[in-house]
Amino acid sequence: MAVSAERAQHSRLTDEQLRQALRLMLTIRHFDEQAMALYRAGEMRGTTHPYIGMEAVGVGVMMALQPTDWVTSTHRGHGHTIAKGGDVRRMMAELLGRSTGYCGGKGGSMHIADMDKHMLGANGIVGGGMGLATGAALTCKLQGTGAVAVCFFGDGALNQGILHEATNMASIWKLPVVYVCENNQYAMSARADWTVAGGKPSARAAGYGIPGVDVDGMDFFAVNNAAFELVGAARRGEGPSYLVCLTYRYHGHHAGDPLNYRDKEEVDRWREHDPIEKMKHTLAGRGVLPDASAMEQEIEAEIAEAIEFAKSSPEPSIDQLMTDIYA
Amino acid sequence: MRSAVAGVATREITYAQALNEALVEEMRRDRSVFVMGEDVAIWGGGGIFGVTKGLIEEFGPERVRDTPISEQGIVALAVGAAATGSRPVAEIMYVDFMGLAMEPITNQAAKLRYMFGGKAKVPMVVRAQEGAGRGNAAQHSQSLEAWFCHIPGLKVVTPSTPADAKGLLKSAIRDDNPVIFLEHKALYFSKGHVPDGEHLVPLGSADVKRQGRHVTFVGIHATVHKALQAADQLAEEGIELEVIDPRTLVPLDVDTIVESVKKTGRLIVSHEAYTRGGYGAEIVTRVVESAFDYLDAPPVRVCARDVPVPYAASLETAALPQADDIAAAARALVSKQI
Repeated sequence: MAVSAERAQHSRLTDEQLRQALRLMLTIRHFDEQAMALYRAGEMRGTTHPYIGMEAVGVGVMMALQPTDWVTSTHRGHGHTIAKGGDVRRMMAELLGRSTGYCGGKGGSMHIADMDKHMLGANGIVGGGMGLATGAALTCKLQGTGAVAVCFFGDGALNQGILHEATNMASIWKLPVVYVCENNQYAMSARADWTVAGGKPSARAAGYGIPGVDVDGMDFFAVNNAAFELVGAARRGEGPSYLVCLTYRYHGHHAGDPLNYRDKEEVDRWREHDPIEKMKHTLAGRGVLPDASAMEQEIEAEIAEAIEFAKSSPEPSIDQLMTDIYA
Repeated sequence: MRSAVAGVATREITYAQALNEALVEEMRRDRSVFVMGEDVAIWGGGGIFGVTKGLIEEFGPERVRDTPISEQGIVALAVGAAATGSRPVAEIMYVDFMGLAMEPITNQAAKLRYMFGGKAKVPMVVRAQEGAGRGNAAQHSQSLEAWFCHIPGLKVVTPSTPADAKGLLKSAIRDDNPVIFLEHKALYFSKGHVPDGEHLVPLGSADVKRQGRHVTFVGIHATVHKALQAADQLAEEGIELEVIDPRTLVPLDVDTIVESVKKTGRLIVSHEAYTRGGYGAEIVTRVVESAFDYLDAPPVRVCARDVPVPYAASLETAALPQADDIAAAARALVSKQI
């Protein structure tokens, strides 16, 4: 906590932005708790991948971005969409497969995108966003838009070939892209400490001649301060970087995970470093903590309303089946 | 072969030059168009077959981008660039290397628009060349168009003449969808008349390369030229072969093919892709669905044998459909009286 407070001293964010960051983190947690409840109640098809425990990463990075910056996400995409300014009503409607959802019910949890917010979508392929983000960065460079791209990916995607190809091209061309590894330490049941060769994932950055930065992914300020540095460098034309955030998912890979590969004591240890509690504590120390219980009540009402909106929305009509295949 | 467009002035240029003209014209017309691929900028002045020749001099290294050997990365970056406002023309040097790039093609490029409920568009072209006949052996001679035809969300283009190559590539670059643009390596140095000035060929429009009353031939790439040779030979025997080039496989101009079969009652499909699971089977099915009662004989596939493309000339020739095979199939069809 003391370290976080120290980092908070160096934050570039205003008090109002810090309160907004806390609100986003709470919104993500509550949204995903409700998504899991809907899944368990049999109201949601497919599955859902909760971001709970990892909120400091998505929000910490996103609070260092401009609205025109591009973002690609992962299976575990709800947090990124909310942090990029997504609409929880349209998200919830998509989870329930309704016509009012982000994708008109055609995508579901793993394909929510908000092109207006420059959020290029969750992705059902591990590493699928790496090429998209790097290509978005190529557009930024070719067209001189001044925007950067951020690619979120998990520790599982560290071992996909596309990461090598995309990072290499981004480095030789100095593309404005930051690769944010959300190392939640498990790819389904596979532990990162035995799937990732060479020790620290950030050490791989040296092979491409780019910065590789490790941060405490449970601390908003650690993530946010580092993101400002790396995003700023990318925007100045200094090229790509790896930002590796050590974090933890409190729940399973998805809502149906048997969770037989890790023990409860480990989960409890990580919960002691809860990013939201840490954020509240730090904001309180600065004297800028809002009435958190009032904020939580507002968010609960907002999510409840989103669920109501989703449930009362129609399913897509069959005449939508064969539309949107081609432009 | 009939001239490309009646009444329009033409020049005789190669298939490679025609493709080059299309790229130059579209890059001049739209600054968001750029080219990327292995050895597209420097090698021999631009591309192993000269398709991108001279581009770097006019458009510079930002828009004519030599890449590392990273096929998945090339296509994946193109998808991201296309979804964010660019119009990339990515080149995969040989279609055989597409296996390395199938993830971004099938799961990203083809599906983003649908998965996002129509909120995204992916205006990109992936150029590659396929086909045999040059002794490039099993990993550099395949014809894999059927892979892409199977995936909803992609368009698939296969020109056989310089005029079609130019007009179709320009249309593909202007299209707001991912287009797999497959050229044929043995056709790059073939010549043909290309109309002067702006020349566009719409995607989804077949071309009847030769008219005939007795047998309908539908073929892809080099087999169109082999069929035209066979047609000359067959004409001397009193058999008229109607030669149709679908030009784009997705979307497919079924009407032109079906109308022809209704006239002839006989169908040959042909391609250098393997027979089993090839796109010819799809064309046959579409004809059977629409014109079964018009068929006087079972449709025939004159396609590559189901074997890796061999190196030795004798074996390669035997593995591929030849003009004589097409002529023999036509003779057999007309001899069948029902």
